[in-house]
Amino acid sequence: MNAPSPHSDVLLSAQHLSVRFGGLLAVNDVSFDVRRGEVFTLIGPNGAGKTTVFNLISRIYQPTSGQILYHPGQGAPLVLTGQPAHRVAGLGIARTFQNIELFEHASVLHNLLIGRHTRRETGLWADMFFTPRVRAAEMRAREKAEQVIDFLDLQHYRDQLVAGLPYGVRKVVELARALCTEPQLLLLDEPSSGLNVEETDDMAFWIQDIRDELGITVLMVEHDMSLVSKVSDRVLAMNQGEVLAMGTPHAVQTDPGVAEAYLGSVDDVSSLRRSAPPAKAAA
Amino acid sequence: MRFIFKTSYAQDIRLAKHAGHRFWYGLLCLGLLAAPWLLPEYWLAQLTFVLIYGVVGLGLMLLAGFTGQFSLGHAAFLGVGAYTQAVLTTMGWPFALALACAALLSAAVGVVVGLPALRVKGIYLGMATLAFGFIVEEVFARWESVTAGNAGMYVPPPQVAGYAFESANAFYLLCLAITVLATLAVLNLLRAPTGRAFVAIRDSEVSAQSMGIHLARYKTLSFALSAALAGVGGALYAHKLQFISPDQFSILQSIDLLLMVVIGGLGSVHGAFLGAAFLISMPQLISLGKDWLPDAIGQAPGLQAVVYGVVLVAFVLFEPMGLYGRWLKVRTWLELFPFYRKGMFKRQKSFQKSDRLK
Amino acid sequence: MQFVQLLVSGISQGCIYGLIALGFVLIYKATETVSFAQGDLMMLGAFCGLALMTVLGWPFWIAVLASIAAMALFGVLLERIVVRPILGQPAFSIVMLTIGIGYVLRGLVTMIPGIGTETHALPVPYKEQTLHLGALVLDVEQLVVIAATAALCLLLFAMFRYTRLGVAMQASSQNQLAAYYMGIPVQRLNGLTWGLAAAMAAVAGLLLAPITFVHANMGFIGLKAFPAAVVGGFSSLPGAIVGGVVIGVVESLSGFYLPEGFKDTAAYIVVLLMLMVRPNGLFGEALRKKV
Repeated sequence: MNAPSPHSDVLLSAQHLSVRFGGLLAVNDVSFDVRRGEVFTLIGPNGAGKTTVFNLISRIYQPTSGQILYHPGQGAPLVLTGQPAHRVAGLGIARTFQNIELFEHASVLHNLLIGRHTRRETGLWADMFFTPRVRAAEMRAREKAEQVIDFLDLQHYRDQLVAGLPYGVRKVVELARALCTEPQLLLLDEPSSGLNVEETDDMAFWIQDIRDELGITVLMVEHDMSLVSKVSDRVLAMNQGEVLAMGTPHAVQTDPGVAEAYLGSVDDVSSLRRSAPPAKAAA
Repeated sequence: MRFIFKTSYAQDIRLAKHAGHRFWYGLLCLGLLAAPWLLPEYWLAQLTFVLIYGVVGLGLMLLAGFTGQFSLGHAAFLGVGAYTQAVLTTMGWPFALALACAALLSAAVGVVVGLPALRVKGIYLGMATLAFGFIVEEVFARWESVTAGNAGMYVPPPQVAGYAFESANAFYLLCLAITVLATLAVLNLLRAPTGRAFVAIRDSEVSAQSMGIHLARYKTLSFALSAALAGVGGALYAHKLQFISPDQFSILQSIDLLLMVVIGGLGSVHGAFLGAAFLISMPQLISLGKDWLPDAIGQAPGLQAVVYGVVLVAFVLFEPMGLYGRWLKVRTWLELFPFYRKGMFKRQKSFQKSDRLK
Repeated sequence: MQFVQLLVSGISQGCIYGLIALGFVLIYKATETVSFAQGDLMMLGAFCGLALMTVLGWPFWIAVLASIAAMALFGVLLERIVVRPILGQPAFSIVMLTIGIGYVLRGLVTMIPGIGTETHALPVPYKEQTLHLGALVLDVEQLVVIAATAALCLLLFAMFRYTRLGVAMQASSQNQLAAYYMGIPVQRLNGLTWGLAAAMAAVAGLLLAPITFVHANMGFIGLKAFPAAVVGGFSSLPGAIVGGVVIGVVESLSGFYLPEGFKDTAAYIVVLLMLMVRPNGLFGEALRKKV
């Protein structure tokens, strides 16, 4: 769990990551490896540092110590923690956000086309004159966007402004936009939060399809345990910025430390009662 | 009622989406071309100003409306373009070369003004641009060896290949050509990756960055382009007025430009031109209306300020989408007649969320 | 000697900027909108005082208190009628709205027959008096400005720090919806804030009037108050005053020691320097969005 894996199937390797915000140690010596083609899930109570880890990977935050190694190809790994935030997408890492960060005043299609930004082929001057090269590039971008729309059944919403869409659809659009960047690694931040049962089922199928059909590695943060058990290959449990346990979903969910901190095994709720329980109440 | 049935990507990418678009815009173009022969000289001059302010408005719309960057000192770029053009053409440079230099110099100043944008946002950026606006105006007034200071400077008529565009008609057609080119350039940008990057920055900087958009680069680019357009407008402005002085590029001019894009409709290319038309026609309408008002109000010096203020307040309160928004509603009403539903464009009641945490 | 006098006049001018900036910061802290109308509200306050003193002939102190009260009421009304409907819209729209309000106020005052276009002197009891401290000759008008500003600052600071009203104002500025849920009468608070800001603008106007005379374009001084607020940090009340004083002193000194033209732009050069070095101002806080 601690030493970097020598296997060539490791895509991302977090090594002894720590982040300190003022006096608060949000992430404390966290290390894990994500292997190619797997679905790796981070679980843990709120405030455990899961989204902070995501923000470290997408370079919104700078770690106080530790590093992240990224192996996109077969050669030497890239030190991800040395890259600026806007380079991450070009390296093949895409993410969705916990509180949806879509481009509100643009249509769904526009949002997806912005996702194609790293694949653009033309610069300022060609764009201004809208040369045939730009036109051809636009058509190709449209085709790729349509493939993603097909994959996620967003045809109905293609031309609507994001601002008017229901929450569940926006989550799917976030996912679609991330897929449009053609990533190798997809970071999903609570993909099922706010979704109803059917939408969550759809999301589970999509995550599996993303792994199996598109060959994309998925690293996700999730609270819905049934979704976690259904799609994850490996799970990492965090609490208060530290790693609690790592392994298969079953192993982690039955780990006593994880049960205590997160899944709930505490029966004593006497501190929450307002007054003494009446004598005749059943225990 | 028109249903646009899309059958190809090319259809979506095209600028003129359907036959109706082509017809009306074609008619507009013909009308504009024929204007020198249809309009009396005074109105042609006003139309020339509409075109000039339209170009400047395009720049400001690109910056404020599409990239979401506050610019309270935009008149500075107008001034840089005007003075550059004035100085260079007085020295005998040909029009096209001087225009290119005016655009480039304005763009350079735009890059400098845009530097704060890389560090600060919102009202702070507004303050920085305001500060630049004042400083540039002061430079115009103090750098007397070049700009002749507060006394102002005369501007010769544009010369292209030996032919001097002295007549109003010829100058109008020159402005028309430049305006059309500028508009097409901006429209092309907006349907290409560069323009989309601007919109992304406006709506959510964090996710724009995570989509691979280099914020600093695109913000600087937006400032540069916006300033270049304002510079071109300024150069034409200088030739039109034939006399420029620093007080024409003060904070009041900057506010006028902002008024123009807000009333026109923030976030649309049409808005720039509708706003320009409004800005130019407002004084005319006021002088026409003056005769119907009692003397105490009609002849008072503050009337123009009151009318401008009231119109601005009214638009922000009742028609935030501006003139273009109102036109969209009217058009939709006409298209859907008699099935137009009252709440179609209703604004959602929004609660204020702290902008500081954006 | 010259230096001390420059300093005093700089501080006094800076206090005016600070008072107007205080109005901005107050409105910004409570409703997170920037009001470009503060300068013109100041002008209106000065005219109000002028009207009460010269046209109605009221004694000085009564006229001053009455104008402040009248302007406070006007601020509340303004908020109720014009600003409240658009809260929640993007900041840019609100800024344009306040610019429009400023235009209307300036235009209306200019339209008043006779008085509007002239420059007037405000009859204050301490007019043209000077204080002699050894070799120093100080303008009482300027000293009154400094003293009044200091007193006002202390009052406001106490209000925000120690009263429930102040805490409620800060809460509603950060998240209006949550403030509603907590039972805070957000709309009434907003009105109160605007009233308070207008009252301070009136004080600034009355203090400034003896120095610059009362005329319709007085409000343009408000534009210098923005740099003051930026230098101090837009979310800090003491910062507004400190920022104002800094700008005032820099202006005063550069008017004397630097070549022509620097006096007018000194404030803006300071702003740019501050934004480069410390974008959040001297006392502002840097807040970040959590994604």
